[in-house]
Amino acid sequence: MLSIKQLNFAYKKKKITYEVFDGLDISFNKGFNVVIGPNGAGKSTLLKAIFGLLDCDGQVIYKGKNIMHMNVREKTDLMAYLPQMDVDVSSLTVMEMVLLGQLPDLNYRIKAEDMDRVMEILEALNIEALAMRNFAELSGGQKKLVFIAQTLVREPKLILMDEPVNSLDLRKQLELCHLIRKIVKDKQIDFIVVLHDINLAARYAHHLVVLDGKGKCYASGTAKAVITREMLKSVYGVQANIVLDNQGIPIISPIDAFTL
Amino acid sequence: MACEVEYKRSRYRSSYSRMVKQRITFIAVLLVALFALLLLNISIGSSDISFMEVCRVLLMDEGMGNNAMIIRNIRLPMALMAVVVGASLGIGGCQIQTILRNPIASPYTLGISAAASFGAAMGLILNQSVLKLSDTMAVTTNAFVFSLMAAIAIYIFSLQRGIGKNAIILFGVALNFLFSALTMIMQYIADEDQLQGLIFWSFGSLLKTTWTKFYVVLCVLSVCFFIVMKYAWQLTAMTLDDTKASSLGVDTAKVRRIVILMTSMLSAVAVSFVGTIGFVGLISPHIARQLVGEDQRFFMPLSGLLGAFVLSLSFVLSKLVIRGVILPIGLVTSVIGIPFFILIIFSKMRSM
Repeated sequence: MLSIKQLNFAYKKKKITYEVFDGLDISFNKGFNVVIGPNGAGKSTLLKAIFGLLDCDGQVIYKGKNIMHMNVREKTDLMAYLPQMDVDVSSLTVMEMVLLGQLPDLNYRIKAEDMDRVMEILEALNIEALAMRNFAELSGGQKKLVFIAQTLVREPKLILMDEPVNSLDLRKQLELCHLIRKIVKDKQIDFIVVLHDINLAARYAHHLVVLDGKGKCYASGTAKAVITREMLKSVYGVQANIVLDNQGIPIISPIDAFTL
Repeated sequence: MACEVEYKRSRYRSSYSRMVKQRITFIAVLLVALFALLLLNISIGSSDISFMEVCRVLLMDEGMGNNAMIIRNIRLPMALMAVVVGASLGIGGCQIQTILRNPIASPYTLGISAAASFGAAMGLILNQSVLKLSDTMAVTTNAFVFSLMAAIAIYIFSLQRGIGKNAIILFGVALNFLFSALTMIMQYIADEDQLQGLIFWSFGSLLKTTWTKFYVVLCVLSVCFFIVMKYAWQLTAMTLDDTKASSLGVDTAKVRRIVILMTSMLSAVAVSFVGTIGFVGLISPHIARQLVGEDQRFFMPLSGLLGAFVLSLSFVLSKLVIRGVILPIGLVTSVIGIPFFILIIFSKMRSM
């Protein structure tokens, strides 16, 4: 579906450079892709690079076309992106916040279809009761859900989400992953999602990508193929047990961090 | 089941359109109030002209004695100037607060009025005109040229790669100090009469309004308003974080540049014609935000209307406080504005 070829990127500040990607090659599949990896491995940076917010070398190929230098309009037609950073203060209502998700197509006059699309996604996330509330009054988890709704309200070809389950409760995490799979199936929209919870990733992802923290991709494939004791040891520095449940999905239980 | 969903949706649709109607009502009510204030402003002055007489002159083109002349050539342009300058400052303030995401920023944060004061000082004290114009126009044109220079400096500064909102604020503060210091040098070498002239200029006053000045401000205001309105949704997105806005497909750097150019123009024109008028650009967006939130389709026009309203009201007060004396309007806005400013700081304290 989407492939990344020879991506190089470094954060530069004066003479110090901090290398994030060093000739990174990844290919994503159709469906629900999940990116995992330790802190600072460049998961968020990867999504930014795909969305074209960074100045980096290499290629991001979608359907045979390098999308690295697309203009803003082409980019937003193709993709939607949920950044990790949370906004706390705003005097907008939830309805307005989600309407903004359709920004490229909004006119001065809001059409009934625009509103219906907002309501549809709020219903899918079970937060339609919040529609007329002020965004600023919501709890952290509710705010997160509003931003998820903002990202999902349009129907582009590809949706990028950076740690969407952070600050969601257990049930909401599962519901969101369910919803993503449902959207993949019903609307043929592909997802690239950054998650920290390996068990959640293993259960729902169609395709997993592991960044090794040294600027390269450690492994990619199905959960069963990717989640191994060896991977947890060399990528995360963690000793863990892995068991397969009755559906053949790996479940990890961490035991200890390796002391260096 | 489908019926229930449809019922729920229609309820939310109607509550949203109620909210929109309420906002439009705010704007309509303010328009009417502004119009009333405009007439009031025309009727109040050193010679008493009744409300009815004002209407008669404006509508039927007839009046007693000098009334028609006084109204048409003196009071009407001054009252209209209060409206357009107030609107320019209100919209300027609203935009600056939006793109710098700072609720206490205003056009003055960028150092534009300090630059205008310096230009005026040059005209008044050195008798220098940067455009080689006659003495009567020197002060205004100098003020305009210098405020535009400050505006262009800020614009060029913001063109650099990776310049964020804080850097722009700091650069504005630096310009502010620079031009204040230069103005003080002018004050140091000035004689008493010149000094008085400069101080009077910096109070801000509508008394020297002419129709030409009014049309210039009106033109700039209309052009800037329509350009900025085109970016209404982008600007609404920019009330959030930059990353958030760009994730929604907003070219934040481009929008910020355009808006800086527009607000600089608005404040440069307003300041150079009427002098320093503080706090209108700060208060109006704040009240507007409380009334309609930050949906720029309503926030921006309402900020402009409130600016016009506050300045018109200040103008009325400036003529009423001491009978027979017209106080400089800049002083009145500051006296009204400072308590408001303190109120804003107090109410924001929790989040600061």
